[in-house]
Amino acid sequence: MSLNLISPQFEVLRDENKCVQCKVCVKQCANEVHSYDEEDNVVRANDIKCVNCHRCVALCPTKALKIRKNSLEFRENANWTGQAIDEIYRQAETGGILLSSMGNPKNFPIYWDKMLLNASQVTNPSIDPLREPMETKVMIGRKPDKLEFDKDGKLVTEMPPQIELNMPIMFSAMSYGSISKNAHESLARAAEKLGILYNTGEGGLHKDFYKYGKNTIVQVASGRFGVHVGYLNAGSAIEIKIGQGAKPGIGGHLPGIKVGEDVSATRMIPMGSDAISPAPHHDIYSIEDLRQLIFSLKEATNYQKPVFVKIAAVHNVSAIASGIARAGADAIVIDGFRGGTGAAPTRVRDNVGIPIELALAAVDQRLRDEGIRNSISIICAGSIRNSADIVKAIALGADAVYIASAALIAIGCHMCHSCSTGKCNWGIATQDADLVKRLNPDIAYQRLVNLLTAWDHEVKEMLGGMGINAIDSLRGNRLMLRGIGLNSKELEILGIKHAGE
Amino acid sequence: MLKKEGEIRIPAGCAISGIIDRKGNRFNGEDIVKSIALMHERSNGLGGGFAGYGIYPQYKDFFALHIFYDNNVIKAKTEEFLNEHFEIESAGNIPTRKVSSVKGKPLIWRYFVQPRIYKVKDLNMDEEEFTARCVIRVNKEFDGAYVFSSGKNMGAFKGVGYPEDIGEFFMLENYEGYIWTAHGRFPTNTPGWWGGAHPFTMLDWSIVHNGEISSYDANRRFVEMYGYNCSLQTDTEVITYLLDLLVRKHKLPIEKAIQVLVAPFWKDIERENPKKAAELRALRTVYSSALINGPFSILIGYEDGLIALNDRIKLRSMVTAEKGNKVYFASEESAIRVICKDPENVRHPKGGEPVIVKLEVKK
Repeated sequence: MSLNLISPQFEVLRDENKCVQCKVCVKQCANEVHSYDEEDNVVRANDIKCVNCHRCVALCPTKALKIRKNSLEFRENANWTGQAIDEIYRQAETGGILLSSMGNPKNFPIYWDKMLLNASQVTNPSIDPLREPMETKVMIGRKPDKLEFDKDGKLVTEMPPQIELNMPIMFSAMSYGSISKNAHESLARAAEKLGILYNTGEGGLHKDFYKYGKNTIVQVASGRFGVHVGYLNAGSAIEIKIGQGAKPGIGGHLPGIKVGEDVSATRMIPMGSDAISPAPHHDIYSIEDLRQLIFSLKEATNYQKPVFVKIAAVHNVSAIASGIARAGADAIVIDGFRGGTGAAPTRVRDNVGIPIELALAAVDQRLRDEGIRNSISIICAGSIRNSADIVKAIALGADAVYIASAALIAIGCHMCHSCSTGKCNWGIATQDADLVKRLNPDIAYQRLVNLLTAWDHEVKEMLGGMGINAIDSLRGNRLMLRGIGLNSKELEILGIKHAGE
Repeated sequence: MLKKEGEIRIPAGCAISGIIDRKGNRFNGEDIVKSIALMHERSNGLGGGFAGYGIYPQYKDFFALHIFYDNNVIKAKTEEFLNEHFEIESAGNIPTRKVSSVKGKPLIWRYFVQPRIYKVKDLNMDEEEFTARCVIRVNKEFDGAYVFSSGKNMGAFKGVGYPEDIGEFFMLENYEGYIWTAHGRFPTNTPGWWGGAHPFTMLDWSIVHNGEISSYDANRRFVEMYGYNCSLQTDTEVITYLLDLLVRKHKLPIEKAIQVLVAPFWKDIERENPKKAAELRALRTVYSSALINGPFSILIGYEDGLIALNDRIKLRSMVTAEKGNKVYFASEESAIRVICKDPENVRHPKGGEPVIVKLEVKK
């Protein structure tokens, strides 16, 4: 074995005065950091295996454990950072591309945090959601150019299918395979309870979850895993995944280690095989091909289901979105470069794509310039962290948002960025039966319901503060936003004024 | 320097008043001036105005363009444009009398015009659309000229000052109409520009408005997709364009258009019978960006009648009453009683409940 030059990222600190050698940490850590030394009656730690997921810290009955960033430092160098050096060691050792999980962690601007909301004072009373009706229901789907009535005032226009959401939030695509069955069950049940939708991701729909169909978006991605006519008709909407914010330009990755019997059956692939989706759909090489796929799916489902098209936020996103609107999609999903993932090449995750805020603003404006914004819904994805982000997204022009990382955090994810290993100690991003058991869907679904109920309340409070009592009146209402610390080009793209203007 | 409407968005509070004679009998402008004058405290001298319907019977087939000019240079330039696009039947000053408190008056002109037929045909549109586009173009591109009224057999009269002074200035006692509306303005921040006063009009729509709509930018960005340009950045302007879009361009019956502007709450829609609920759901789904939000009471005048409208939770006052053929509307009940002894059916319409009064005779 050659010399391993990689140093541990974290240090496990154990307070020996508190440790009672109960071995809970040994049992809990799927990464095998902790081990019990019978001879000396001590629990030891192998720091190099630690991903800082906090499982042992949370479960240690005597609170004897702490995880710290490893204080070992390379000689200070703004260019050759410790991470840059470590990554070279890793690739020199393996000859492989670097893999990462969850969203882009780099220090790029977060525009949500550079926009501030308005509130009413005097000339316009704020509205109190505790005392007045406050509406956050939205309708997602294609809208006709206008409604026509006959001479007797009867509506003659036929409405395309619409998805009714009790709040402008949905759970974004996470496949069964990348996350556990219990995680999927939690999302599905929460969506049903909340009157919203969750998304199967590209891994098909487990047979036990067809009963949540009314609250399900079924995804069709380039790998076409688990896609059949029963699947297409099982949900309320169909999403064609062209791209994902975390890895624009490439397809999904599911390591074979996560493909057990159940996942294999659901995806319709052999057990243990890597599920690597092709980068493009092999039947979509241009916008007219996309149109054909949209209408093939509509044909297969008798024009009863809206078809969403999901793309990653890339440089010319607005022109692409315009094409998608004209190709007949019912909704466009734009996924920003901070969007999460179960596994993506690190270089792609950290360097490809653009911030969702800029992409969303550009798409909304472009569709308005072309006079077609009202015909299609826009769903904003790629790191919505709280209710204020939602309010800002809608004011920029979104109809609704997708959340995924936030949903996983609600059910226990500690953002250790190690989903691709399949060893998620919290039972979320794993298929290991013993680990999956750790996630109790009865509890987890309630936590999701709690989170979104709280966010919906907060959205209502902010709406009321702005003197608005229906979310319809916030959509694209950019006067409600002001930039802070942004240059004039950024303000121009966001279509907002600076604070104080 | 203070910016004027169009350069900045200026919130304003206000008083409004309106009268309609259902039989179409015409009466002069004295009552409407008296009514709005009573609510003097609700305005601050920075804007007042009126709209009258049926006031130009001798020219009823012509579009009556009322225009403010800053100077003769822009007037000449604008008239050249008008000449190119319209046959001008008659042109002249709008008569005014001197009122000491009304200052800074622009040149105020009136033209009775017909679109040049070959131009309308060339562009493959109807006369209304043609005229509307010309008006929008003058207001957008002719700096210093502002068309503040453009309907047939109706006209707006407005300016900077208290409304009763503006009424005296324009000598409204000399006009007779079957509908009158009035507005006294309380802007919070304006240098006082005549074009910024209410009513705002578009063809034969006229709107007076008390309130501040918080959905403004959502409404503006929606309506601008259909060729409108909200050059004034005022609430009344965007509401007028929304109505024009829904009724004139999309041909929605007026009652349906109102259900778009003050859409019923979802919970109320769900209580309707399935057919009605499906229709309301469709209106709200397709036209959700045309929902007007925030506190307002507005009076919408058009050729066939007068509509009073409150926001969905009644954040601004609005009273209606009847007597004989006439229906009265005002921000305060006293403003009705001052011109109508013993009014009947005095009531405060609920939030979101439109009061639509149509002429019983076809004009």
